[in-house]
Formats: sequence, C-alpha cells, structure tokens
Amino acid sequence: MIKYSSTRDKLFDWTNIVLLVLTALIMLIPFLYVFAISFSTYKEFLQSNFILIPKTWTVEAYQFIFESRAFVRSIGVTVYITVVGTLVNLAMTASLAYALSRDIWAKRLLLFLVLFTMLFSAGMIPTYMVVRETGLLNSIWALILPSAISSFYLIVMRHFFLGIPKEITEAAIIDGANDLQIASRIILPLSKPALAAFSLFYAVIHWNNYFSGILYLNTPEKWPIQVLLRQIVTQNEASASLADAQVLLENPPPAETVQMAAILLATVPILILYPFLQKHFAKGVMLGSVKG
Amino acid sequence: MESRTNVYSGQASMERITWWNRTRRRWWKDRYLFLIAFPGILFYIVFKYVPMFGLSLAFLDFNPFLGISGSEWTGWDNFRRIIDNPEVYRVLWNTLLISFLQILFAFPIPILLAVMLNELRNDFVKRMIQSIIYLPHFLSWVVVVGICFIFFRGEGIINGVLTGWLGLDAVPFLTDPSFFKPMVVAQVIWKEAGWGTIIFLASLAAVNPELHESATIDGAGRFQQIWHVVLPAIRSTIVIMLILRLGSVLDSGFEQIFLMLNPFNRETGEVLDTYVFTKGIESSDYSFATAVGLFKGAVGLILVLSANSLAKRFGEEGVY
Repeated sequence: MIKYSSTRDKLFDWTNIVLLVLTALIMLIPFLYVFAISFSTYKEFLQSNFILIPKTWTVEAYQFIFESRAFVRSIGVTVYITVVGTLVNLAMTASLAYALSRDIWAKRLLLFLVLFTMLFSAGMIPTYMVVRETGLLNSIWALILPSAISSFYLIVMRHFFLGIPKEITEAAIIDGANDLQIASRIILPLSKPALAAFSLFYAVIHWNNYFSGILYLNTPEKWPIQVLLRQIVTQNEASASLADAQVLLENPPPAETVQMAAILLATVPILILYPFLQKHFAKGVMLGSVKG
Repeated sequence: MESRTNVYSGQASMERITWWNRTRRRWWKDRYLFLIAFPGILFYIVFKYVPMFGLSLAFLDFNPFLGISGSEWTGWDNFRRIIDNPEVYRVLWNTLLISFLQILFAFPIPILLAVMLNELRNDFVKRMIQSIIYLPHFLSWVVVVGICFIFFRGEGIINGVLTGWLGLDAVPFLTDPSFFKPMVVAQVIWKEAGWGTIIFLASLAAVNPELHESATIDGAGRFQQIWHVVLPAIRSTIVIMLILRLGSVLDSGFEQIFLMLNPFNRETGEVLDTYVFTKGIESSDYSFATAVGLFKGAVGLILVLSANSLAKRFGEEGVY
C-alpha cells in the first residue's frame, strides 16, 4: 500500500472527495426534492420553492392518487405484465438457451440467426404490422410476447449453461436420462441463482417500459403505470388523467404534489430491488463482451 | 463408359440416402431438444424474421385495406421520396448532431468519474458514492424526463432561482428549441454517467499496484501517475467503447427523445426513430416510414460491422 502524506497529496485527495460528493449530490438531490414535495402542503410549496425536509408532513397527494381508480388499475396492469412477462421471458429464454448450449442439430445456423437480430432488426413498422396481424393489438400480451426473448440475455444465459461441467450431463446420459430430464432435473436446479438474476433484469425492463404501451395499446384502461405517468407528468395532465379521483374530493391537492407522489410510487419497486440490482447488473455489464 | 457413370450416380444416390438417414436419425435423437427449443424458435420466426419480410412494405404503396398482396408495387419510389424530402435530411442531421454531442460530452464523463473513484483511498466512501451514482440508471425514462420537466419548467425551481434570487428573466427551457439538444445530453449524463464507470473501473482494478509504487519512488505526482500509469491502463477500453459508440450513431435515444418532443421543438428534436413513428403510426404512411426504417437499419448494420472489425484491428475481441 502506498502512503500519500505530502500537503499536495492531501489537497488532491480532498478536492477529489469534494468533487465526487458533489456529483453524488447532483444525482441524489432531485430525488430528495421530489420526495419532499410529495409530502408537503401546497402552502409550503408555494412559500419556498426549495424543500428537502417538509415542515408539515401530509399524505394528501398519496390519498388522492389512491382514490383514482385509473392509477390503481395501471399499477395492477404493470404488476401483471411484470410478473407474467418475466415468467414468459425466463421460460422462453432459458429453454432456447439450453437447447443451444447442447449439441442441437443446425446449432451454428440457429446461433447465427439469433445474433443477426442483434445487428439488424426489421424496425418499428413491420413489427407493428405483425402484432396487428396476430391480433395482439390493444392486448396486454402485445407488451409481453414481442419482447419474450432478449437476444443479449439469451447469449449470456447460454454461456452460463455452457459453464456447467459437461461430466454431469454425460453421467446423466449414461444413466439413461433424456434431454428433457437433463434440463429439468440437472440444469434447472443448478441454475436457480442465475435465473433469479435474469428475472431481475427482465422485470426492470417490463416495469420501466412505456413505449410499447403507447405503440400497441389504445384504450387508457389497459395503460401500464409508465404510460399514465407520462400523461400525468410530462404531458402535464394530472387532473385530466386522474379525473375520477377529482370528483370524489372536494379540495384536491395541487397538480405539483400529485405529480411528485406519482413519480415516487412508480419508482418504489425499483428502489426496493436496488441493492440486488446493483450487485447483479454490475456483473452483467462485465459479461457484455461474451462471444456467441 | 456407360456402366461407370451408372456406378457413379448410384453411389451419389446411395450417399444421399445415407445422408438423409443420418439426418433423420439425428433429428430423432435431438427430438427433445427441438421440443424445448420450439417456443423460442417460434418467437424468432414470428417476431423477428416475419417482420423482415414485412420490409417489403418499403417497396409498395401499402394500403392496409388491400393488404401486402393487394397493394401496388412501386419499386424504389419510397426511397426516391426519402432522397427528395428535405425533412429527412433535417431529421438525419438532428440524429447525427445529438449523437456527436453525446460522444463529445456524455462519453468522457464516466472515464473521468472512474479515474476519480479509483483515486479514493476510503473504500466505504467509494462504495457509498458508487451506490448513489449508479441509481439513476435504473429509473425509467418517464421518471427521469418527468423530474427534469419539474425542475426546468416555467414555474419550476430552476426558474424560481433565476427570477427570485438572481433577478433574471425566466428561461423557457422546455419550449425553446435551442435548449432541446443540451437538455437531452444533460439527461443522459445524469442517468448514465455513474453506471458507465463500471466498465472502466473494472479495467482500472487490473492495474498492477507496483506500477504506482515505482512511479512514486521515481517522484511522480498524482497527476503524473494518472497520466502515465492510470490512463494507459484503460486506453484500450476507451478506444473500444468509443468505436462501438460510433457504430451506433444512428441510435440517439428513442424513448428519451420521444418524451421530450413537443410542437415547439419538433424541428430540432425529431430524430430518425421518432420520425418513423410520426410518419408510420401517427400519419399511417406505412410504406414511407418502413423505407426510412430500412434505410436506418441498413446503414446501422454497416456501421456496426465496420466498428466491430475496427475494434478487432485494435487487438480486442470485438463483440460479434
């Protein structure tokens, strides 16, 4: 270990720490601000623009949001899409990745066809046409099936399966196991931790996805939370989007605090999962350069 | 002579039969693997390869009521419309300009942050800072753009500071087109700068500490060490990341820009991807939009492949 003791070194270290802490604050403060405003009264919000700790706490905005059936429903839709979608992702990705990790007929051709979709895709309009022709338009399944496999995760998962020692599967074959039995009794139990990590990757994509909703869904009843959030915050239509709650309350809270509360609610699951996400995703980045 | 040819063709058909038998036996042996792979293969066919045939829309005057077979074949007409359309050039220019601004401003910041984090002596502080700066990566674009709007809108806190504390005029950050591109770049920096450090930190971790020790003994200061020890260690990672980024200059952050667009900034903000949506889905000009998408895909493919072979030439493995 090297020791830095000269004054210049200390000056360097302190400047470095101060700059990094400032960077971290730039990432953190917008979030704290949103958090604080969502719990503030309107009076306080109007008095001082910048609040990091509210003087009087209120949950008015949250009460209002939960009064709105549109909001609660879209949370439900997103939870459904995230859970079912992730299960579909896992099943489809793991099964194809497993087959491609074994010596399946025409393996090289299949791998090439998978890799090619990472380099070139038909694009938005032809995919939209297929979704329309298959009758998925305006169905929640349009947010699940067209993105059932991410080629990138497929390749990474295949690499994981390839890492399982061959001797285990060979021993099973000698014992008379077929490929289905090998997959379900040997590979699957050994891959549980990896599959858990992949389910996190996929779940975050589903939770944060808004554009498929805009592209494929045209009835607001089916909107996932991110689409509704876009309506509430970036289109600035808080009162129109949550109109059903407006009727119930005589004195609705201002759009500002409602917007911030909505942002926070849409982010809570990500924040809860964040410790796990940070751990697994950092590993995933390093797997980025695996070869097919 | 005749009998020889007969023998020859007989052998060929025998070989064909044995090849066919072998393949059939192989299929039978792999039957469970095919069963397992079937849903995945079906997915790739339906949602990845059928749309590629749908690219033929680009060569039609597609009418949704007549279908692909009923629509009139127009050859390269849609591509001629692209070339003749000044709007397309503007959109292409916006795409390239935003990408280059990202490379100029958003690309170097993770490198700088990684070097700074690497200089931290205190592991606890380092982990704390990492935990905070990685977080924005996991937020959805709706949340990031939403928070940005809340801060920068007319009655937002930034304008509150400008008018209330500094006595300046309010600045229309969200509607003035000249702010569009800087805002887009700033959002990407806020969201991805921390996360982008990971790949550089990994190559920094591989630096031999003895190099630092001998540099100290030779009397090198901290900046000299960064310049002569740290940066050379991550130079190849920087070059590879830069090349790969150049390979995707036509992708300028579709989800983000779509959220940022409004009637005031469409001129400066529309990029290729959002243009395909505007033309294809909103105005139902399917054929033209498909042609624009195909153009983007084809050029993108060439760019990625060249970037990749360039990366290989720099002695790296490449991605594909």
